[in-house]
Amino acid sequence: MTDFEAVIGLEVHAELLTASKIFCGCSAKFGAAPNENTCPLCIGMPGVLPVLNRQVVEFGIKTGLAIHCEIQQRSRWSRKNYFYPDLPKGYQITQYDLPICLGGHVDIRLEGEDQDRSIPLTRIHMEEDTGKNIHDAHTDASLVDYNRCGVPLLEIVSEPDLRSSAEAGAYLRKLRAILQYLQVCDGNMEEGSFRCDANISIRPQGATELGTKAEIKNLNSFRSVERAIDYEIERQTKAIRAGESIVQETRLWDTDREVTRSMRSKESAHDYRYFSEPDLLPLDVSADWIERVKGELPELPDERSARFVSEYELPAYDAEVLTARKDVADYFEAAVGIHRNPKAVSNWVMGEVLRIVNDRKLDQELVIEAWPVSAQQLAGLIALIDDGTISGKIAKSVFEDLLDNDKSPASVVEEKGLSQVSDSAELESIVDGVLAGQDDKIAEYRAGKEKMLGFFVGQIMKKTQGKANPKLVNEILRKRLQSN
Amino acid sequence: MPITRDDVRHVALLARLEITENEEQELAAQLDQIIAYVEVLEKLDTEDVEPTSYITPMETPFREDVVSTTPDTERWLANAPATDGRHFRVPKIIE
Repeated sequence: MTDFEAVIGLEVHAELLTASKIFCGCSAKFGAAPNENTCPLCIGMPGVLPVLNRQVVEFGIKTGLAIHCEIQQRSRWSRKNYFYPDLPKGYQITQYDLPICLGGHVDIRLEGEDQDRSIPLTRIHMEEDTGKNIHDAHTDASLVDYNRCGVPLLEIVSEPDLRSSAEAGAYLRKLRAILQYLQVCDGNMEEGSFRCDANISIRPQGATELGTKAEIKNLNSFRSVERAIDYEIERQTKAIRAGESIVQETRLWDTDREVTRSMRSKESAHDYRYFSEPDLLPLDVSADWIERVKGELPELPDERSARFVSEYELPAYDAEVLTARKDVADYFEAAVGIHRNPKAVSNWVMGEVLRIVNDRKLDQELVIEAWPVSAQQLAGLIALIDDGTISGKIAKSVFEDLLDNDKSPASVVEEKGLSQVSDSAELESIVDGVLAGQDDKIAEYRAGKEKMLGFFVGQIMKKTQGKANPKLVNEILRKRLQSN
Repeated sequence: MPITRDDVRHVALLARLEITENEEQELAAQLDQIIAYVEVLEKLDTEDVEPTSYITPMETPFREDVVSTTPDTERWLANAPATDGRHFRVPKIIE
């Protein structure tokens, strides 16, 4: 039986974080009351003229440079003509034959692999978003909200070079991280500011010709993308094995039932009659402009991850996790700047801090402002472990006490009397107290039952509420058990 | 290639235009003439001429990224054939 390979290309629509829309001065902010952010231009009144928002072009150049595209010094606008209520003009202003960016690549690494794979890009173009249709279940009508109409979008198109759902997921996560680092898009898939359509086909392993593709829409989470791709590969493989042919069509992902289903094909679909937009001049971008943006690019996830490995001697895995978000990487570096124990800080950030960030869904924000514990507090806490004031175990409880307040770790330790007991004389008398009357157990230990040591340590810790310095306890205990 | 009545019907459908059979015939003939006229240009050798898509020698005009409109939803909704007071209301869309 023939083995098949999947061929996947992704189209990402990223809403840009501009203050205003692409061609008019309406607010581009998400979440306003219906039709609050509208004006005659974005609701398509006759006689209006679009004027291009400079920041949209700036963001386009920035994104293109970050993912290694060739920025086109001349691009232009086209009209894509179709009738749909979410598009009041009857056409979408987009870039077609001359987009702002060509080529480029996003480098991904799958879990367990030790090498990157470079996913080539076709292009990036700018366009206006459409409005939103709301389907009223009670009446025979649909309602339209034009707040989103004219919000700037970047459409980032990959070559059909992805081979699995895992690669698609890794590509999307990396791309989103880059957009977030650049602060051009908040990457919120649920709110629709980072959307993905997937073109999927299969072909016999080793074939060079592409199979017939299906375009999958309504993928509004990483999970949906991955599940839909797996489902679609299986559906197409079964169909071909059963001797059926694949129909080129658009299919919708049904999140609840976890299947893709065919969308009623719109009559005369894909006859968009593109032509050059007469209301806008060609877009000229000077070499100086491109150079300036290049000079202002921030350090991106890959560079930062490599630096974390070399500068802080972190394992590659830690570096990857910490740099997946710019704010997390910043937080880590702030803490290490105060207390230079990178591996310990890394463990705490990846463990306790990110656990709470995930629980509270803080990672849905573009930039986390309200950290549950400040970088300074975390650094202070780790310093207390490192200088022997508290044990790692006590530190976990101190961490809980630091949540959502600005207390210093030292003051919490002081307040609660959590300081480690490192006074030899004091520990010796506690050890003696525990050993008293345990002659049989001491005998067992001396007869070779090593694990009795653990029992005694446990008793001592219990007596001191975990505050005894474990290293000292061990030393004293061994000495006591050997003598006599 | 002559413009057929099928071509006219197709374009009319895309443009959501209702036209009569007489008009179909008339438009096919007119469009045919226009295309034929443009075909004259194809005889010219334009190998080394860059296509002119704009004739205005101007730099790209930009606006700065500032919010400059004031919400006036009621006023814009006033032009709509139907509303619910907050949205534009259209015949039901089935996806």
